[in-house]
Amino acid sequence: MSTMDPATSPAARPEPSVGMPTHQKAIFVVLLILLVALPWFVYPVFAMKVMCFALFASAFNLLLGFGGLLSFGHAAYFGMASYVAAHAAKVWGLTPELAVLAGTAAAALLGLAIGSLAIRRQGIYFAMVTLAFAQMVYFFALQAEFTGGEDGIQSVPRNDLFGLIPLESNMALYFFVLVVTFGGILFIHRIIHSPFGQVLKAIRENEPRAVSLGYRVNRYKLMVFTLSATLAGLAGAVKSQVFQLASLTDVHWTMSGEVVLMTLLGGMGTVFGPMLGAAIIVTMQNYFATLGAWVTVIQGVIFVAGVLLFREGIVGLIARWTKKPL
Amino acid sequence: MTAALEARGLRKEFKGFVAVDDVDLTVEKGTIHALIGPNGAGKTTCFNLLTKFLSPTAGRITYEGRDITRLSPADIARLGLVRSFQISAVFPDLSVLENVRLALQRQRGDSYDFWRSERVLSRYDEAARGHIDEVGLTEFAHHRAAELSYGRKRALEIATTLALEPQMLLLDEPMAGMGQEDVERISALIRRIAKNRTILMVEHNLNVVASLSDRITVLARGEVLAEGDYATVSQAPEVIEAYIGAGHD
Repeated sequence: MSTMDPATSPAARPEPSVGMPTHQKAIFVVLLILLVALPWFVYPVFAMKVMCFALFASAFNLLLGFGGLLSFGHAAYFGMASYVAAHAAKVWGLTPELAVLAGTAAAALLGLAIGSLAIRRQGIYFAMVTLAFAQMVYFFALQAEFTGGEDGIQSVPRNDLFGLIPLESNMALYFFVLVVTFGGILFIHRIIHSPFGQVLKAIRENEPRAVSLGYRVNRYKLMVFTLSATLAGLAGAVKSQVFQLASLTDVHWTMSGEVVLMTLLGGMGTVFGPMLGAAIIVTMQNYFATLGAWVTVIQGVIFVAGVLLFREGIVGLIARWTKKPL
Repeated sequence: MTAALEARGLRKEFKGFVAVDDVDLTVEKGTIHALIGPNGAGKTTCFNLLTKFLSPTAGRITYEGRDITRLSPADIARLGLVRSFQISAVFPDLSVLENVRLALQRQRGDSYDFWRSERVLSRYDEAARGHIDEVGLTEFAHHRAAELSYGRKRALEIATTLALEPQMLLLDEPMAGMGQEDVERISALIRRIAKNRTILMVEHNLNVVASLSDRITVLARGEVLAEGDYATVSQAPEVIEAYIGAGHD
């Protein structure tokens, strides 16, 4: 127990590099190369769907894995941004980048409003408050005029990017989506490795101690909540441009559940886990679509198996084996 | 002498149960003041009231003449009044260096800048290392705090607290769960850091209290039973009765 007993002192560890570790940089580069080549091998719309959900899950992971806050209502931001972006493109005739921006801004405001109320509670109560508000957003989407109720907003036009570049072809759109989602994920990575991210991890690890160091933890929580909602909104807004559709599916509570599943399956608190989790779930939904309701059952089984067998998720497990943060 | 921390008529009720009842407490500047009492005497409640982790039902608390009764715990830490915790308070998944740096990072004010690289924090590394060296954790700088032994975690906690350069420290049972060897080292450390600071501590170990404190307040059933130096307090018949009456050794 002695603090200075040389007999039990292991050798000092080498200084870790500051910023993103080299192996993570390498993975990001390989990933980018693969993604650039991907639309020649895979149906681009499917690839775009995966990327949207990868960003959505990564945004959710920012809140859960690094802020330590479990939200059960992230569909609200994803879905509301998707409605606003679809409406902006269809009714206001905005260009895609402005439509996406409008949707993202709507999610940011919604996140700020709901977050400022939800962060007053902790643990399960926090999750319940976020769920309750998300249900309100769902019923708003069902009743409001501009969302189109049961029909949603259909046949959203693909306007020209910046009013210049046509995005009619799936290939052109693919690269727009790639830039936005990859950029979003890199931005999340920056948040995690910022001075703000350091305080965030401290709050996650030991909130009373962070308070005793003089940090006003509720402001940090509100900020990460808003950032997470904003980025979830970015994913939803892009998705509405890809599918030319905004519907109730995106604001439904099952969507909030799916993003939890993706994040836990891939590995919460890891960088690449949520992306992998999103890829697996979306692939399953796409290729097992013929099985109908069985997809939900399979998802449920995977979820139970994941929680029982590998709590740290697939990437978390690999990270433990390779002893490298992923 | 002037008072650093003062409480007047401090009272805390939990659903009809009065945990702290009309406590007056004055901690003089530059002293080590101990708060003792048998189990259930209200020491920890009192401590949490003073650090604002609990809000008093009634009463007034002033620090350096300033009313802090309505301030938040984070604001109190910003005034230089820093507390420690009974269970060792570290950030387990962060490295020792990052733990200490989080205290130094407070110098830059609020860290809301999520768009900046954490590289900007490396300017605090040298100062952090200084604090780490001081408590003998030099070779553990890049270990996760969770990997440290209990005694080392407490040393890390002290290094982190000192990095805030607090004017006053509130220590919640600093010796809890420690072996004799560690008790002596932490005692020496407390004596050293008390040179230009004020310290209020809750402690069970009466030997530590006797050797360290300038002044002692004895609590029992939420009320102040006696106050004075160790010799005075330990002779007071009501104190002896409270300790033996409560079945304390």
